[in-house]
Amino acid sequence: MSEKIEFSLKVNGTDFSIACPPRKTLADALREDCRLTGTHVGCEHGVCGACTVVVDGRAVRACLMFAVQAQGSEVRTVEGLAQNDVLSPLQQAFIDNHALQCGFCTPGFLMLINGAFERDPDICEDELTELLSSNLCRCTGYRNIARAVLQVADKLKARSELAVGKPS
Amino acid sequence: MKTDKEAMSRSSHSRQVRKSAYIGKSVPRLEDRPLVAGEGRFVGDMNLPHQLWARIVRSPHAAGRLLAVDTEAARTMPGIVAVWNSDDISDIPNIPFRATSIQGLGPYTQPILARDRVRYVGEPVAVVFADDPYLAEDAADAVFVDVDEDTKPILDARDEPGEFAPGASTEPVIINKGYGDVAKGFRTAHRIVELDLSVGRHSGIPMETRGALAEFDMVNEKLHLWGATKRPHWNRDRIAEMLDMSPAQVALHELHVGGGFGIRGELYPEDILVCVGAMRLRRPVKWIEDRREHMMAANHSREQHHLIRAAVDSDGHILAIDETLHHDQGAYVRTHGARVADMSIGLLLGPYAVPAYAARAHFRLTAKTPAATYRAPGRFEGSFVRERLMDAIAHELQLDPLELRRRNFIASSEMPYARNLSALETEVILDSGDYSGLLDKAKRFAGWEALKSEAAERRAKGKHVGVGLGYFVEKSGLGPSELVRMTVATDGSVEIVTGAASLGQGMETAIAQIAADTLGVDYSRCAVIHGDTDKIAFGWGAHASRVTVMTGEASRLAAEEVRIKALNMAAELLQCAPDGLFLDDGVVHHVESGASVSLAEVAKALEPASSQRGDRSPGLTAEAWFHNKHMNYPYGAHIALVCVDAETGHVKVERYFVSYDIGRAVNPSMIEGQILGGLSQGLGGALFEEFRYDDTGQPVSVTFADYLMVSAAEMPETAVQILQDAPSPLNPLGLKGSGEGGVTAAGATIATAIDDALQRPGLVRRLPVTPQYLLQRIAEYDAGQHDARQSDDLTGACE
Repeated sequence: MSEKIEFSLKVNGTDFSIACPPRKTLADALREDCRLTGTHVGCEHGVCGACTVVVDGRAVRACLMFAVQAQGSEVRTVEGLAQNDVLSPLQQAFIDNHALQCGFCTPGFLMLINGAFERDPDICEDELTELLSSNLCRCTGYRNIARAVLQVADKLKARSELAVGKPS
Repeated sequence: MKTDKEAMSRSSHSRQVRKSAYIGKSVPRLEDRPLVAGEGRFVGDMNLPHQLWARIVRSPHAAGRLLAVDTEAARTMPGIVAVWNSDDISDIPNIPFRATSIQGLGPYTQPILARDRVRYVGEPVAVVFADDPYLAEDAADAVFVDVDEDTKPILDARDEPGEFAPGASTEPVIINKGYGDVAKGFRTAHRIVELDLSVGRHSGIPMETRGALAEFDMVNEKLHLWGATKRPHWNRDRIAEMLDMSPAQVALHELHVGGGFGIRGELYPEDILVCVGAMRLRRPVKWIEDRREHMMAANHSREQHHLIRAAVDSDGHILAIDETLHHDQGAYVRTHGARVADMSIGLLLGPYAVPAYAARAHFRLTAKTPAATYRAPGRFEGSFVRERLMDAIAHELQLDPLELRRRNFIASSEMPYARNLSALETEVILDSGDYSGLLDKAKRFAGWEALKSEAAERRAKGKHVGVGLGYFVEKSGLGPSELVRMTVATDGSVEIVTGAASLGQGMETAIAQIAADTLGVDYSRCAVIHGDTDKIAFGWGAHASRVTVMTGEASRLAAEEVRIKALNMAAELLQCAPDGLFLDDGVVHHVESGASVSLAEVAKALEPASSQRGDRSPGLTAEAWFHNKHMNYPYGAHIALVCVDAETGHVKVERYFVSYDIGRAVNPSMIEGQILGGLSQGLGGALFEEFRYDDTGQPVSVTFADYLMVSAAEMPETAVQILQDAPSPLNPLGLKGSGEGGVTAAGATIATAIDDALQRPGLVRRLPVTPQYLLQRIAEYDAGQHDARQSDDLTGACE
């Protein structure tokens, strides 16, 4: 169980050589082997969503996936959102709308919303509530997160852009 | 001569143009950028070379004699460095108290690993140290814990007390408080109203579980602990005592903290185990709690049973209140001692004048996870009880419930109002407040009459829609003291060092705003350093909604002193008198001549070797203390509109309004954020959250699938009204705290709104109002009514 296997993980466009036991979760491998600690672990049973990352365009719980299963996939984490130190519109909207307090759940929410925007940027308020209820936040009461997302969604509609913070 | 009017217009003009006027502005937080970029540094993100991973082995039994903790098999597993049970750390004392003046609790303190007996499921019985966290967990599974379940666990604080240890009852203390002639009040009463009410077991549940990383620096013989928060200095001193070291040999360091809510940052067994591990194994030790552990090991809170009686006259004036509390402390007395039970009865009366009061709190141990504070401790529970009582009195006398409240409010002319009660080891003296005024404003803000009409109309169409109001008094600004050291660097940036802590609430921004506003600099050039015992000698941390008040005022005092020093030096640099100078946005201006010098240049002129310094003390720096013997008391009202699905028992909170008087708002956006976040926790406690146990004491709510927290789908549309009508007279800015007011009246408000929706006064008697509870209560209520309502009246969903 603790024998290591070697494989490669592509995260935010960079290849990482990984040697870890097959039971290691994607969340732990991202944090420890790729040293990308922006992906947080909040419950390890797939409910809270703090560990949400985008794998091949879909938001997934990195605590419910083994690292080895992400072999050959494109993984995107919160660290990949800002480009050249410029925050993505969604990251900036989180700051502008006071959509975070302790910030522990924030990367998971950002990736959850990002995954949704990539699939359908034209999100309505009801869909948004359902989407946001995928993850837990204990500080904000969610209202400001929704405000931030709606602000970006409006801008996206206005500019007909398809994605937020997607590597160009 | 200038007229008053001219002087006023001039001064308001100068206020308008002052760039550094930050108090009262919703400026963006200084904390946010690294957190949204994934560059935060929580304790789980930090690693040290050659570190070990600790894993705690926990009791699977609720109560029993500990026969053996067999670590043999675990020791030989791969990657395992050590496995300890209580024999290995028998020299380490139990965890002491910090927050109680109540004596006699010593026998009930928790050992860092169970000795002789286990007392709750989740109690640490052994610790594994390994090279890798996965291997540590494997080995922990191999530790065999042999327990003789020789007693039946006590699982209800209302049961007859048992024996904790020979000669020590499971009721360590009964706390009595009160004043006035209660018996006379009841003797002369027009009516007596009695209620039996309960609140379930909840906890703060921060999204980041607990964690710790310790290293023993052998060169300097100094122990470092990262992951500390809330009370770093107190925790440092106690760790030093427990490990027989000097406080100077222990340093606690705060990193990013993923939420606190009262439960995080208290001294727990795991913190000590990590420290002892690092010292004895001579390698850094890291421990990160998993969620299941968190649910059974971190402090619980809230679970109380109240039997309350009120004597009232025919106009609805309260003559006396008699209250009996049974407080479910869980298995040990932790750092708070009996504080929550104590303040529950000390702060129960809220905004009302009560001529006579007698209360007793039965502080009792049970076979559950030990309890302590959770955001608005004692006030979430007490507000539920008190506001239920007010509604019951109003119903009994056929009075409007809001009018009844108004009749019993303490008048603003009576402030400051001494309660003749104590809480948190201070005298309760309500410092300021216009309770009646806020009630009017809250009603207008929410459109109370329109809400009532809407609910009535929808009820007439067969829906179960109701409106409720809960009134509350919070407390904030707990002393005794706070120290701030402020230094302007030679680039004009400002460092503010405080012994307060950050749990993610935004204190860096609030403190920077106060300091920048006072000093006259850009708030984003102020760095607030907190939670580090090596950076400042004293500190009282972050709890009890105290940081903006205590560190805020200390920062204002320090900034005032720095400003005076800066103007004095600048006067010489500009060859003028200091009183013609004006410091704003980091530049000292001479108002008449227009000459100016930057704060950076002033700081350079005050460098030790500067020829311009003269005989002034080197450095543009100051230290200031703020001491405060009394808490202050913000207050407010919650209003909710709910719709009940009578078939399923589901309660949908459709709209919510919070009006809150904070005295002086430093950052309205952050205050609104505190209230919204608090409200989501309050609604969780009102409707969903509960730690349940089966009858053998096994916890059945140890995942997020069982312990249900509010998600975006349950959070109602909410409007927050921040008022500044009653500044605190206890500090010059009039500050009060905002950390807890979003939680406090949520249970009370939801309960009364549900009663209204179902047109059954006094229906809700316990929180959380789960669908199962509500359906059962409706059946029980209707069975008890003489006018025998038809249960099949109750149909109608919300959609």
